[in-house]
Amino acid sequence: MRQLNENADVVIIGGGVVGLGLAYRLSEKGMKNVVVLERGYIGSGASGRNPGGIRQQLSLGENIILARESVKIYARLSGELNFNIMFRQGGYLILAFTEREVEQFKKNVKLQNSLEVRSRTIRPKEAKEIVPMLATDKLLGATYCSTDGILYPYAVLWGYAQAAERMGAKILTFTDAKGIKVEGGEVKAVVTDKGEIKTPVVINAAGAHAAEVASMVGVELPNKPYRHEIAVIEPLKPFLDPMVLSLHHTLYVGQMMRGEVLAGVGNLDEPPSHELRASADFLPKLARAIIEVMPQFRHLAVMRQWVGIRDMTPDGKPILGEVEGVRGLIQANGFGGLGMMLSASAVKLLAELILTGKTPKMLEPFSLARFREEKLDKEMYIAGVH
Amino acid sequence: MTVAKKIVCRCEDVTEEEIIDAIKQGYTDIESLKRYTGTVTGPCQGKTCLSHVIAILARELGKGKDEVGVTRQRPPVKPILLGVLAGEAIE
Repeated sequence: MRQLNENADVVIIGGGVVGLGLAYRLSEKGMKNVVVLERGYIGSGASGRNPGGIRQQLSLGENIILARESVKIYARLSGELNFNIMFRQGGYLILAFTEREVEQFKKNVKLQNSLEVRSRTIRPKEAKEIVPMLATDKLLGATYCSTDGILYPYAVLWGYAQAAERMGAKILTFTDAKGIKVEGGEVKAVVTDKGEIKTPVVINAAGAHAAEVASMVGVELPNKPYRHEIAVIEPLKPFLDPMVLSLHHTLYVGQMMRGEVLAGVGNLDEPPSHELRASADFLPKLARAIIEVMPQFRHLAVMRQWVGIRDMTPDGKPILGEVEGVRGLIQANGFGGLGMMLSASAVKLLAELILTGKTPKMLEPFSLARFREEKLDKEMYIAGVH
Repeated sequence: MTVAKKIVCRCEDVTEEEIIDAIKQGYTDIESLKRYTGTVTGPCQGKTCLSHVIAILARELGKGKDEVGVTRQRPPVKPILLGVLAGEAIE
């Protein structure tokens, strides 16, 4: 067990892809005294429970830009971190089963193209060329982007953590942040179950627990925790090039470089909760959906299922940056089901904000203050979203 | 005869040496060790390897097996065909 620091320049609450990514970026820029607090083991939250899908095919411009920049980062991150993150750009195929989806997807592709993401709408015949096992009898169309892909989430976490530690960052696992001390409107320290760390800056990267962390200093976040269930199917030789997504079935299926196939379906009636126990009705529901979309999956076996908790905001966009009232408290949460996709670029921008004190332009649409507006544009591309 | 490799996890081809290396790198809790080495994640779901992984971790840390603990068990107990889960007749 490492000794607790008495002083830090930055304390990051949360050892997931956001907290570890930010620790790496700050260390890379020369910051010496970076501390990450993680209540459990690295990636014990949503960062270690997701399928690793990396997709630029989103419906909000600001999310698309973060995803586009994240793809560029992931494409070279293995070399940068000296750790293989197993990023495979096999594309993402998004299926349309209703006329409404077909029309909406056309608009989305137009927006994505205007932001230099080379997605396109395709006919069922071409979709079947990309994924030969696809059932096309009910399929009306699809969108495809060849530079989207899939990675191994834990490898990203370990890679960030090891690289940050090599540069001097301290990652304290099994250490719980219990409180944040604020005096005169400024952050002074973080109280943990192992002692106190003095710091002028605290990052709230606590994922599904972000709202609780913010409430320690009286900041109210609109984030709510939603369960999402997932299963892994036995490892096989490469057979599924792109990640396949059907919003209609709230289904996604993708094959990792390890050979395993990750698949999940959403439950639109799920109330907010932190319940991590798996549901008995999940696997039959997943099986029916996956067989309807790709019938040959009936011959494959599920190895295990688990639950992750998504930190959802009302508009499906993360909350990034400073908040009014508490100097030194920075939000890096609310990524919902898009944390792996958006965080690689987001943590670079947050590092810039922390080091310069200026909010980069790309972060402006992600302020907490946006929730004062009456009308919010909502991200539609989160499988099983509420 | 000397044994060149001691395979602990037969699903994912993980040797004892690799497990010890991961422990030395700091992956000293059973959940992290499972994920970092890939043991317990193959088709046997730990039925072959988990007890060995626990024994190796306990030995390396000088702790008891009870202190090391077990990984959280996830359903199903055995791999199940999706066709069966969907309620289709078994061929």
